[in-house]
Amino acid sequence: MVELFSNLALGFQVALSPINLLLCLIGALVGTLVGVLPGVGTVATVAMLLPITFGLPPVGALIMLAGIYYGAQYGGSTTSILINIPGEATSVVTTLDGFQMAKQGRAGPALAIAAIGSFFAGCVATVLIAMLGAPLTQLAQKFGPAEYFSLMVLGLIFAVVLAKGSLLKAIAMIVMGLLLSMVGSDVITGASRMAFDIPELADGLGFATVAMGVFGFAEIIRNLDAGADIDRELVQQKITGLMPTKQDLIESAPAILRGTMLGSILGILPGGGAVIASFAAYTFEKKIARDPSRFGRGAIEGVAAPESANNAAAQTSFIPLLTLGIPPNAVMALMVGAMTLHGIVPGPQVMQKQPELVWGMIASMWIGNLMLLVINLPLVGIWVRLLRVPYRLMFPAIVIFCAIGIYSINNSPLDVVLAGAFGLLGYWLIKHDFEPAPLLLGMVLGPLMEENLRRALLISRGDASVFFTRPLSAGLMAAAALLLVLAVLPSLRKKRREVFGESEN
Amino acid sequence: MNFLHRLLAVTHLAFIGILVLLAYPAAADEYPSRPITVIVPFAAGGPTDVVARIVTASMAQTLGQKMLIENIVGAGGTTAATRAARAANDGYTLIVGHMGTHAAAVPLYSRLPYDPQTDFAPISPLAGTPIMILARKDFPAKDLQEFIAYVKANTEKLNAAHAGVGSVSHASGELLNSVLGIRPTGVPFNGTGPAMDALVSGQVDYMCDQIVNAVPPVRSGTIKAYAVATPARNAALPQVPTTTEAGLPSFQVQAWNGIFAPKGTPPAVIATLNAAAAKALGDEAVRNRLLDLGSVIPPPAERTPEALATLVKSEIARWTPVLTQLH
Repeated sequence: MVELFSNLALGFQVALSPINLLLCLIGALVGTLVGVLPGVGTVATVAMLLPITFGLPPVGALIMLAGIYYGAQYGGSTTSILINIPGEATSVVTTLDGFQMAKQGRAGPALAIAAIGSFFAGCVATVLIAMLGAPLTQLAQKFGPAEYFSLMVLGLIFAVVLAKGSLLKAIAMIVMGLLLSMVGSDVITGASRMAFDIPELADGLGFATVAMGVFGFAEIIRNLDAGADIDRELVQQKITGLMPTKQDLIESAPAILRGTMLGSILGILPGGGAVIASFAAYTFEKKIARDPSRFGRGAIEGVAAPESANNAAAQTSFIPLLTLGIPPNAVMALMVGAMTLHGIVPGPQVMQKQPELVWGMIASMWIGNLMLLVINLPLVGIWVRLLRVPYRLMFPAIVIFCAIGIYSINNSPLDVVLAGAFGLLGYWLIKHDFEPAPLLLGMVLGPLMEENLRRALLISRGDASVFFTRPLSAGLMAAAALLLVLAVLPSLRKKRREVFGESEN
Repeated sequence: MNFLHRLLAVTHLAFIGILVLLAYPAAADEYPSRPITVIVPFAAGGPTDVVARIVTASMAQTLGQKMLIENIVGAGGTTAATRAARAANDGYTLIVGHMGTHAAAVPLYSRLPYDPQTDFAPISPLAGTPIMILARKDFPAKDLQEFIAYVKANTEKLNAAHAGVGSVSHASGELLNSVLGIRPTGVPFNGTGPAMDALVSGQVDYMCDQIVNAVPPVRSGTIKAYAVATPARNAALPQVPTTTEAGLPSFQVQAWNGIFAPKGTPPAVIATLNAAAAKALGDEAVRNRLLDLGSVIPPPAERTPEALATLVKSEIARWTPVLTQLH
């Protein structure tokens, strides 16, 4: 314990030096901007800014890059709430209740609670990294292909439960998402699937491309559609208060707490930890809520829980990197690159040999989170005012930003065209009461699910019982089965229909 | 509208920028007269990117022009190589190609849109990264001989990890299997990180991978390293024997990379670039950073376009039989 305090003291000493404070602030600001701009992803930004950090001292460089990463989790919620376009995969669920809140004139409280939740989650995650880094990593190591597959099954069942409207349509959307995720090279054999010899499709459809299409462009087309002006006016006129009320805070406090817990645990898992965390947190809130029908209609817990979860997960994903030197996701892989560029070999020995680097970074995360809260709360007013900009000026700007963002990911014009096509598809789906969120979840989970299924079966030589004989995997499967039974049981289905039956769009 | 004013200002700046760029070639007389773009076919921060950045930073000083790295990812690096092959051959677009894009891709991609031998003008090899034979930490073999005996006896039960079809760890792993005459179950992962993760947690039995990725887990004792497949031991992990010392001299492999220009680039330009690359590889600071990464630097006599051309030819010949039989 004493050691922990002396370590943290060392960390703060490093992080509070003027240059590191400045770099932390720059990182947090850039991250917020990246999160806000739809389409410009964290992976792309960190990759682009990596060379700039070449000339900086290693601690400063890592502090700045880390700032961009968790800063983006703060900013990512902004577009989800204001214009129903998730800036990052992790903020897809935030659109469900966030945008509804904005429609009700409560964009301010939604944005504020997202920032507050993120701040709390960030603080907790920082302490967790400092205290439990090593033991938590060992837990994550217990996750093999079989456990991942079971986790993904649970995730997809979540997606069914998550959907409003027709159960059949929700399942159709998930299956379509799974199918879309199979475009590109087969991970086991390298064979090309559904790519039609188009080189740009060889690596599959990008998440951003599809998300911008079915959420962003489709939403814009719908808004321009005759009769949809009402929605826009609703968002513009009814702005009631910028800050959450006492009631809001009381309602969201437990959700923030639960989201933080879930996020912290799931963030350590390699793969889409933060994405799964945000979905899981949302579903969990909906499941335990006394009145689940509020969800999807502007429940503040539906914003608080996933936003806390994704920020907690974003930060705990540093644990495997710092304790094992193994990056759990693409951004962390870039951090490894940043370390290598500075001549640091990531791994357990970094903590012993260069404690100022590791602890400086951990301390900077707490400072960065504080900065983000200070930056973001006053910005709430500005963002909300942005909604008053007439839509005829807003939508060309959104289209341009989306197009630039999509293009910048792979420098590929085809991606922009594809996003346009998905926009049309998304519009058709909206018109026919299909929800895009399960489609995106299917697409995000699809590759993870397929790879881990086939990997698990390869290792077990085709014996499917591995999913039920390994205790962790069996537990996850049992949870999935239970959830499925709950969703399908006739009596519950009837109730579900009552609850979701006449929900809007 | 403040916002609109700002937007206008930005548009103006962008316009001026384009004009400046357009005006550049007019001022060109001696190569290089403007910044050179170097395409790296992988994400920033990866092993190829790190080598490219270290070397081009030094080359840029020699040439007196900036060298801008452009990371183009996709299809195992072949997207980037295709673009480089079709770029203007004026010496302002170069590519850092490697074992995958300029050798292993030939048998792996049936419709490769470029020919590594005829569509590029080689400049110089840059660096090689030794391949290591690695296993989970409780693998029942204490040295390479025991490893060979064990894998031959237990092929049926074994799971060999690799970082995805066409990756360096996949190609070198297949080479090891063909040298040993075994066909274990190959378990692909999405990149070296997850593959290493699976090896550390003991879900898979062994794999071949570049030394850069192996240094942290080997040093911390979470995985075993049996041998390094180069003629000399590596300073990054000096305790690990070479395959020759450990009794498998036929397994010699390293991931290599080299810098190329599109075909038809003027010989004078190639000579200028080659001189800058050769000088960079002789620079003490550059060498130290590359050696820290565990890289092998080509000796002065091999820092030539001819050496790179020979390397590409021999590597295509080496990988084609190993990787073709997989289809």
